[in-house]
Amino acid sequence: MRRHLLSAADLDRPEAELVLQTADELRSLADRPIKKLPALRGRTVVNLFFEDSTRTRISFEAAAKRLSADVINFAAKGSSLSKGESLKDTALTLEAMGADAVVIRHWASGAPHLLANSGWVRSSVVNAGDGTHEHPTQALLDAFTLWRHLGSLDGRRIAIVGDVLHSRVARSNALLLRTLGAEVTLVAPPTLLPVGVDGWGVETSYDVDAVLPKADAVMMLRVQRERMSLEGGGFFPSAREYSRRYGLDSRRMATLQDHTVVMHPGPMIRGMEITADVADSHRSVIVEQVTNGVAVRMAVLYLLLSGNDSGGQA
Amino acid sequence: MRYLLSGARVLGGEPSDISIEDGVITSVVPGAAGRAGGDPEVVDAAGLVALPGLVDLHTHLREPGREDAETVETGTSAAALGGFTAVHAMANTDPVADTAGVVEQVWRLGREAGHCDVFPVGAVTVGLQGERLAELGAMADSAARVRVFSDDGRCVDDAVLMRRALEYVKAFDGVVAQHAQEPRLTVGAQMNEGELSGRLGLRGWPAVAEEAVIARDCLLAAHVESRLHVCHVSTAGSVEIVRWAKAEGWNVTAEACPHHLLLTDELAATYDPVYKVNPPLRSANDVEALRQGLADGTIDVVATDHAPHPHEDKDCEWQSAAFGMLGLETALSVVQQTMVDTGLIDWAGVAERMSHVPARIGRLSDHGRPIAEGEPANLVLYDPSGSHVVDAMQTASLSRNTPYAGRELPGSVVATFLRGRPTVLDGKLA
Amino acid sequence: MPAEAARLREPAPGPSGGRTVLDARDISRALTRIAHEILERNKGAEDLLLLGIPSRGVPLARRIAEKIADVEGFDVPVGSLDVTMYRDDLRMRPARALLPTEIPDGGLDGKVVVLVDDVLFSGRTIRAALDAMNDVGRPKTVRLAVLVDRGHRELPIRADFVGKNLPTSLVESVKVRLEEFDDVDAVTIRESAR
Repeated sequence: MRRHLLSAADLDRPEAELVLQTADELRSLADRPIKKLPALRGRTVVNLFFEDSTRTRISFEAAAKRLSADVINFAAKGSSLSKGESLKDTALTLEAMGADAVVIRHWASGAPHLLANSGWVRSSVVNAGDGTHEHPTQALLDAFTLWRHLGSLDGRRIAIVGDVLHSRVARSNALLLRTLGAEVTLVAPPTLLPVGVDGWGVETSYDVDAVLPKADAVMMLRVQRERMSLEGGGFFPSAREYSRRYGLDSRRMATLQDHTVVMHPGPMIRGMEITADVADSHRSVIVEQVTNGVAVRMAVLYLLLSGNDSGGQA
Repeated sequence: MRYLLSGARVLGGEPSDISIEDGVITSVVPGAAGRAGGDPEVVDAAGLVALPGLVDLHTHLREPGREDAETVETGTSAAALGGFTAVHAMANTDPVADTAGVVEQVWRLGREAGHCDVFPVGAVTVGLQGERLAELGAMADSAARVRVFSDDGRCVDDAVLMRRALEYVKAFDGVVAQHAQEPRLTVGAQMNEGELSGRLGLRGWPAVAEEAVIARDCLLAAHVESRLHVCHVSTAGSVEIVRWAKAEGWNVTAEACPHHLLLTDELAATYDPVYKVNPPLRSANDVEALRQGLADGTIDVVATDHAPHPHEDKDCEWQSAAFGMLGLETALSVVQQTMVDTGLIDWAGVAERMSHVPARIGRLSDHGRPIAEGEPANLVLYDPSGSHVVDAMQTASLSRNTPYAGRELPGSVVATFLRGRPTVLDGKLA
Repeated sequence: MPAEAARLREPAPGPSGGRTVLDARDISRALTRIAHEILERNKGAEDLLLLGIPSRGVPLARRIAEKIADVEGFDVPVGSLDVTMYRDDLRMRPARALLPTEIPDGGLDGKVVVLVDDVLFSGRTIRAALDAMNDVGRPKTVRLAVLVDRGHRELPIRADFVGKNLPTSLVESVKVRLEEFDDVDAVTIRESAR
């Protein structure tokens, strides 16, 4: 395994499968009386969050703690609008603390790359979501969840529906699911599909009703309401029109195959991209995604940090 | 002081001896040893290409206001080391160069530094705010004799204002140099819009945001029969539009930057903000179109858009970083690599695009002149053989944001003469 | 479970197998003896639980359980216990794939657990196994059965049941091959390539 996890594209198929297999073993830990393994005892994992995300942070925190690592949570102030403490100064602080791994969430695309390649820190860097770029551990946990439900992903059809343009989850999933052999279709209004998406090696569609009946899994992406009013008169006319054309409701759910599962990376906007009855239906694996998130993040931390003693070897 | 440049290849031609006295070229004698009346200092120029001193239409000297990034002293030192004898200093300083007072200050600072002539560019609008015209006439009449006006860094996107500016500068034979960037299409834009911007999650900067403004401005310039200069053309589509405007016979000129002739948007994948520039690095296809356009005369000149930034403005997240890169000291090497070594133009072509034509656009009388008897002795001696690896720490600029650091570039400037006086000798400031 | 198919199989040893010290019949006989010794020591199959250490300890535990069933007519529960996460050399070596841990229903509490492994060498694997077991439950007694004891202990650990004591030098390597993984039952010994 490599030293950093910055993009889902960093993982080739054997590496991605190693993460999933490791997560599969680690998942059983949740059923044991002592939910802790000593693998990372004495190692320090820093959760460096330049952007609030309670669920991602606690998932990484639980993962690190279950591997007996010491965890430091570092919430840095600042945003794309107001420059706060610089990434460099923060990184130098962490280096001085002797962090073995830095889990970074940042509003700027590429910030984890910068941290990993700048020479500011010697630690492993895990991308926990950067700007509108990537969120590789979310993709790994989605792939893990799919794999548990569908078996091998070879030839499986996965529909990713919603705001692809601004979604780091969509980018990472498109890359990873393809690596694992799945056929990915991105479904969105044309304004929410990135320019050049044709080069991603995935299908695209504007018509969710045409895609759903063939899908083995449907991943609904969050759509932020503020996207409606932002520059250029918004990306779509109204929430109502969006839900009518792209939302997953019980009528659309009825067109799915029996085995098809419904996913959502959370947090959901019920009634906008997904109706409550769909989110709570038997097809929904949304809660399971959370459980799997801890196992996958344990696997990532274990694989990145074993045999990588940042204090020891040069 | 008298100099004899012995064995220099004028515009890359046969070896000649060039004699300089009192700021003027007194003779150019092919082959022979020069007339040695008195004791001229002899500069061995065997194998070196002699070009007229380079003229940059697009330089950011940052003074006044950002003396932490560059000063007139350091910026013109870099210019001299790059073979330039004249630079046009952009108006986006603090205070903005939008009055006779500020442009005269910059002009005077240039004279005091003495490394090369500084011709201030005047702002088109007050404070670059794009709301009302600055006192263009006063700047034209000032000691700085401003002829080039630009809001560079910002686009004069208001069509009426642009029309008025184009009309108004006709009174003193000025030119409006437009930074073509439709602002609404580029809100928060970070890099060339294409497959890579989508994958990197960096807000895209569509080519159309540049091309639409260029097309509009060409039509406006034609309508009011004025002079338009298009700054830093970066896309294949822009080249086509300028080609069309020229075919129509309109008075439109255009520049390309060295970095747009060499580098592509693929470099953004490193997320290293040293590659962040406005307009952004484009695709390989655009680079090829720019080279062809520069070769066939569609694009008239090479301009550096030398844009120094202090370390902290580049040592950060891409999104937070400043736009711009250094260019003065590397321009000639990049042009050699992309245009001369590729066979697209010869050294006479380089002199045309980096000296004669930019001087003509800027209405400079003493620069961009031929290397001939009786002409002002503004010269550069350039060694096109060999190559060097660019070291960001070895620049005369106060800033270090060169995109070529670690890259091997051909050739080197050996000497620069400004009105007969060496500003650079043996590749070092004289 | 897709994990089953994808689970890593260790590669079979190459054709240069070295000197065979136990063949299929020897292995079977050794396991039979171990089964008897376990029963004798425990005074029957009551409360017994066999825990194989992956990978090759697991099939060995199953075989011992089968032999016990033959003798006693009683199915002893068999599980597996992966010790990877408890190893003391995690920092020094590249990350290893995890192997299955399967604790039989009812857990370990109050049981007589027999850990089963193929080769006992430094003792570090067994130390890791004791730590791992500590996090899973609290057995009444823990015993250790190994097919081969090759000596060179680095920790105060010894086996209760040994198939064969095999004095070796440190430059030699001992390889246990089992039908379940390698299509053949054999224990071989050879000079390891340095």
